[in-house]
Formats: sequence, structure tokens, C-alpha cells
Amino acid sequence: MDILNALVALLNYVIIPATSYGSQLALGALGVTLIYGILRFSNFAHGDTMAFGTAIAILFTWLFQSMGIGLGPLPTALLALPFAIAVTAALLLLTDRAVYRFYRKKKAVPVILVIVSMGVMFIMNGLTRFIIGTQDRNFDDGRRFIINALEFRKATGLHEGLALRTSSLITVVTAVIVVALLFWFLNRTRTGKSMRAFSDNEDLALLSGINPERVVTVTWIIVAALAATAGVLYGLDKSFSPFTYFQLLLPIFASAVVGGLGNPLGAIAGGFIVAFSEVGFTYAWRKVLSYLLPMSLMPHGLVQPLGTDYKFAVSFVILVIVLLFRPTGLFRGKSA
Amino acid sequence: MTSTLRPILLFAAVSAVYLIVGFAQSWPLCLTILNDGLIVAVMALGVNLQWGYAGLFNIGVAGFFGLGGLGVVLISMPIDGATWAAGTPRILFAFAVGAAAIYAAVKAHRNMAPSFLRHLTVVIVLIAGFFLFRFLADPAIEAVEAVTPASTGNIGGLGLPVLLSWLAAGALAAGAAWAVAKTALGLRSDYLAIATLGIGQIIIAILMNEDWLDRGVKNIIGIGRWPVPREVSLQQAPWFNSFAHYMGTDVRTASTVFVGACFAVLFVAVLLILLTLAELSLNSPWGRMMRAIRDNEHAAEAMGKDVKRRHLQIFVLGSAVIGIAGALYVMLHGLMAPQSYNDPLRYTFLIWAMVILGGSGNNWGAVLGALIIMLLWDEAESVGPAILGFITEPMAAGALKQHLIDSAVQMRLPLVGLVLLLVLRFSPRGLIPEK
Repeated sequence: MDILNALVALLNYVIIPATSYGSQLALGALGVTLIYGILRFSNFAHGDTMAFGTAIAILFTWLFQSMGIGLGPLPTALLALPFAIAVTAALLLLTDRAVYRFYRKKKAVPVILVIVSMGVMFIMNGLTRFIIGTQDRNFDDGRRFIINALEFRKATGLHEGLALRTSSLITVVTAVIVVALLFWFLNRTRTGKSMRAFSDNEDLALLSGINPERVVTVTWIIVAALAATAGVLYGLDKSFSPFTYFQLLLPIFASAVVGGLGNPLGAIAGGFIVAFSEVGFTYAWRKVLSYLLPMSLMPHGLVQPLGTDYKFAVSFVILVIVLLFRPTGLFRGKSA
Repeated sequence: MTSTLRPILLFAAVSAVYLIVGFAQSWPLCLTILNDGLIVAVMALGVNLQWGYAGLFNIGVAGFFGLGGLGVVLISMPIDGATWAAGTPRILFAFAVGAAAIYAAVKAHRNMAPSFLRHLTVVIVLIAGFFLFRFLADPAIEAVEAVTPASTGNIGGLGLPVLLSWLAAGALAAGAAWAVAKTALGLRSDYLAIATLGIGQIIIAILMNEDWLDRGVKNIIGIGRWPVPREVSLQQAPWFNSFAHYMGTDVRTASTVFVGACFAVLFVAVLLILLTLAELSLNSPWGRMMRAIRDNEHAAEAMGKDVKRRHLQIFVLGSAVIGIAGALYVMLHGLMAPQSYNDPLRYTFLIWAMVILGGSGNNWGAVLGALIIMLLWDEAESVGPAILGFITEPMAAGALKQHLIDSAVQMRLPLVGLVLLLVLRFSPRGLIPEK
């Protein structure tokens, strides 16, 4: 019984939150990794792209709410997501035409593009704050729980309650669908294959008649879809504020780098590695241990290796360790 | 000729705009912006050392800036006997033990043959060190924080003069930079950027959460500012009252302006000293070597230059300068408010925009860029709503109009971004290009 209780507590406080957070990170890291693979720079504006997409989704959510359109138990934001993706894609394509294309034509060194993306970051960040303000926003209007802790306790007779939030399930299901679509696109369609060819060897791809502008355009559209989806899922799961999204940049980059920049599979694995380490290190294990250990062996304190305020330290340490000991990432990405 | 005339004209133009702010708006505002501008100019010098001289991509600026503030707190705040009795020595001991564990792990990694045993040793030493550190530090921290938590609850300082703390601020930031550089400096530029971003966020998280160190979000007030007088004591001094009367202003405004001017003189002196040192180093053999390394690392290495050591050196130096700026900032406000550093756009990326605008690699350019961008940034707060009010004049009053006017101040972000992008596109070498 105690082992079951411990298992439920583990599920409740570690596995479920880390899985949904990992899916969100994976989607974000996929965007970063695609830009790195195709456009060959680290996009510092990615966190703000996610914030922009989410802000647009919130605006559409409000519009649908005022029109009385909803999805029943599901949050209205899911209905708003396609519109948010469209607007974000338009913004990214506009940015590409106005800003990035010039440097691409000039074949500027990557570090210049990184600084350019800093400028874009300022503009997008300001735009988002201008559109929706700086405060925390909660826009989840669906049913909150699929499994309620209280009902679970009643039904099973366990001491520990299991709560499965709708947003967690939506996150994981959506992430699986998006990733499946992405991989199908990259591996099965002509455009997807030309993208991979372009990423592997630009000169060879150009020689075989692949249109680079087309590849870049498609990449930005996919990145917009990934960023807006990741942003909306994160916002549904927690809440939305422009600054939090900016701060996601570090764990997202850590995820992309751990898996190997430029490698989509690596980005997904990296997202889950970072999420599970972050949650694992900042969780107070006392509760789980209290079911497993006899009272006499119970350690003092919360058994929390790190305060939640230091969750960034976890991403950072993972990032630095991987970069120092295996710079191409676990899955052999592009960068040396 | 034009190359020497251009900076002079640009500086004259910027000075004129600051004067216009003084005459058209108010002198306190002008001096506030100027003092902000001088502090960020010091920061920009530090970033320019790292990026302009050596091509090192540091976006953890806010963290080193905050550490500078911590340096002031630890040096200039009075000695707190109660917390020393409660547990400060034990905290210091815990840190020594933690450092020893890290040192042992590094030594083990370096001296043992690559094998599974080596990994195991390193991991065990680190984990054991971590738990030993927590075991030693946790009770002591609890005890220190329990000492009059409403007013202090931190380890206090050494009670030394605040001017001395500038050096300590620089040293603290330099020490942190050394630790960062030892781990991350070998990384490629954009990885180094991400790593420094992480370090910056971690430092700020520490400043915000470790109450025993600097009271965290509860802030520390009453930081010394000698030799600058306090407004209140000026307002009470008879000579100042007659001075204000002679100038034809009320005493309050006069004291604000006087104090602001004192700070400005002090900051200009600091800035000029650092600027002179930076210029001298840039034109020395050392500076030429730095630029040679930046422009072609492999060629410099082939010429026998120790690239790694030079990078370490300049990273530490640049961070020390940023730390000194942090000390000036805390002194200006008489307040250590760690929460305010938690804004990388303002304290990191804005500085980058200044360096790029001024001309990376040029110290005068960095200063000029700092004065311009700070003016833009601070004025957006006071003029922004008025401009948007003017633009939205024909609109009907309502929620949208109010929203536009309320969020006018946010427009400074896209404005800075736009400036940055325009400079990168049309004048990538900045306003005062590197010679």
C-alpha cells in the first residue's frame, strides 16, 4: 500500500508535471533546432516568438469567448491556436524578408545573425507587451481536471491523491500529434526532404536545384507553428507572462544543445532530459520517502536538493556539462 | 581629419540634447538620465572590452552588475555582531568546504587516467561535497536569517568606506567571471552566449533568494554615499539655503540638483579613469595582440599567443568593470534591490545595443552609445505617453485609446530593437568605427 502511495505521489508531483513540461520544451527546442539546421544561427528571439504567438492566441480566445464559441471541456485556446499560428507565421516571414534575408544573401557570419536576432527579440518583446501588457494571464477556460485528487482518493482508498489536469493531457497529446506530423513532413514529403538536404549540405542541395528561399519560407512557417503551439501549451499548463517566456530561452536552448543542435530527434530527447532533471532536482522528496522509509530512517528537512528558484541552474549545469564533454550533443548534431 | 572631428561633433550633439532636456523639462530629470547614462557607459566599456577587443559574447551582464552591488553591501554595511555570533563563521566555513570539494573534483579529473573510476570519483566527490555543504550551511543560514529578520537578517558587511567597496565590487565580479571563464570560455561564441545568459540568471536568482546574504527581495537600504552629501542634510545647512535663495529656486529642487551634480562629477571621474586605462591598453602591444586574436584566432595561436589565457584575462577584466558599474549604481540609489536586476533586456541586452550603436571595438563609441540609448530609454517613460496621446488625439476616448497610452512606455523596446537593426544593417561598424 505504501509503495502504491509513493508511486502515486511520484506520478503526481514528478512524472506528470515533468512529462508535460518536457513536451513543451521539446516543441520549443524543435523550433530552435530547425532554425539552426536550416538558417544556421541560434535564434535568441525564440522565447519572444512563443510569447507573441501565445498573446495572439489569447486575443482570439477572448474573441471566441465573446462570441460564445467554445470547445466544451477543452480550452478555447485550442480553437484559437491555428489563427495564432497563421499570425505568427506572417510575422516571422515579414521579419525574414525585412531583416534576416539581407544577411543570408551576404553570407554573414553566424554571430552577426545572433546579434540581429537580439534586435528582433527587442521588437517582438515590445510588440507582445504592447499588445497584451506585462501581467500574468490565465486563459485556460476548459475543465480543470480529468482525474480529481479527491475522487481518486475515494475510489482507490489510497492516502495519496492523483490529479491529472486536462492541460497536462492536452499538452502531451498535442505534442505527440505535432511531432508525428513534423517527422512525417520531414521524412516523407518532397519539401521536407529538400529541407533535410539543405540542412545537411547547402551547396549540394543548391546544385541539385533546391530553391533555398522556398526552404527558408517553409522553415519559418513550421517554426511559427511549433513556437505558437509550445507557447499556448505552456500558457495553458501554467500561465502566460512575456517575461516567463523570455526566461524559457535557457531551458529550451539547453534541450536543443543536449540533443545536438540541428537534430530534431535530439531536441525531443533533450526537452525531456532537461524537464525531468529540473523537476527531479527541485522537488521535495520528503513526501515520497515518507511512504518508503521507516520513521526512524526519515531524513530531516524536505530532501529538496535545490530550491525551485534555482531551476535555471539545472538547465545551465546540463548545458555546460554536455558542451564540455560532448559538444555535438548526445545525438550528434551539426555543431563542433 | 574627419575621423577625429566626427566623435567630437557627435559628443557635442548628444551633450546639446541633454542640455535641452535640462532646459525644456527639468534639471533633476536631466541629471537622473545623465547619471544612469554614465553608469551604463561604464558597463558598456566592460562589454566593449569583452566583445569589441576580444569577440567574447557575454550576455550575463546583469549578473555581474548585480554582483557589483553585492560587493558594496558586503564591504560598506556595518559589521553585524549578532549574526557573526549566530552563524556567519559557519557559513563561511561551509563555502570553504564547498570550494575545496570542487577543487578536489577538478584535480581528480585532471590527474586520474580516463576511466570509469575517474568519472565515479568526480561524481562522488561532488555529491558528497554538496551534501556536506548543505549540512554545514543550512542550520547556520537559518540562524542568521532569524536575527532581527524585519530589519537585517543578513550577514552584514565589514563597515569599510563605500569608495573602497568599488574595488571589492570589481574583485567580486572578476572572481565570478574567473569561475565562469574556467568552465565556459572554450565554447563557441553562441554557446558562450547561452552559458553566460544562464550564469547571469543564476547569479540574480542567488541575489534574490539568499536572504542571509543581501536580504533578497526585502532589499537593503541606507547604503553609504560618501563623499556625496545627502539631500536632507543639505536642506538643513544654512549655507545651502542661502545658495538656493541666491539661485532663485526652492531648497528641495536645489538639493536634488546639487546631489545629482555631485554624483555626475564622481561618475565622470570614474568613467574617465576607466576610459583612459582602456584606451591605453587598446593602443599597447597587449591591445594589438587582443585584436589580432579576435580577428584570427588560429593565426595568433600559430604566432605563439596563448589565446585561452588572453581570453580568460579580458573576460575577467571586462566583468570587473561591469561590477564597478554595479557598485556605482547601488551607491547612486542608496539601495540594493536584487529584484530590479531581474530584467535582462534592461541590464544586459540594452548594454549590447549601446556597444553596437557606438561602434564595437571603440571605447568612445561605447560611451556615446550608452549616453544616447539611455536618453532614449528614460525619455520614453516621460515623453512616450505624451507622444502617443498626441497621435491618438483624433481617436474616440475608450478602452483602446487608454490601452495605447498606457502601454506607450513599452514602445521603447521596439525602438531600441529598431535602432539596433538599422545600425547593423546600414552602419555595422557603428557611429564611431574602430580605427
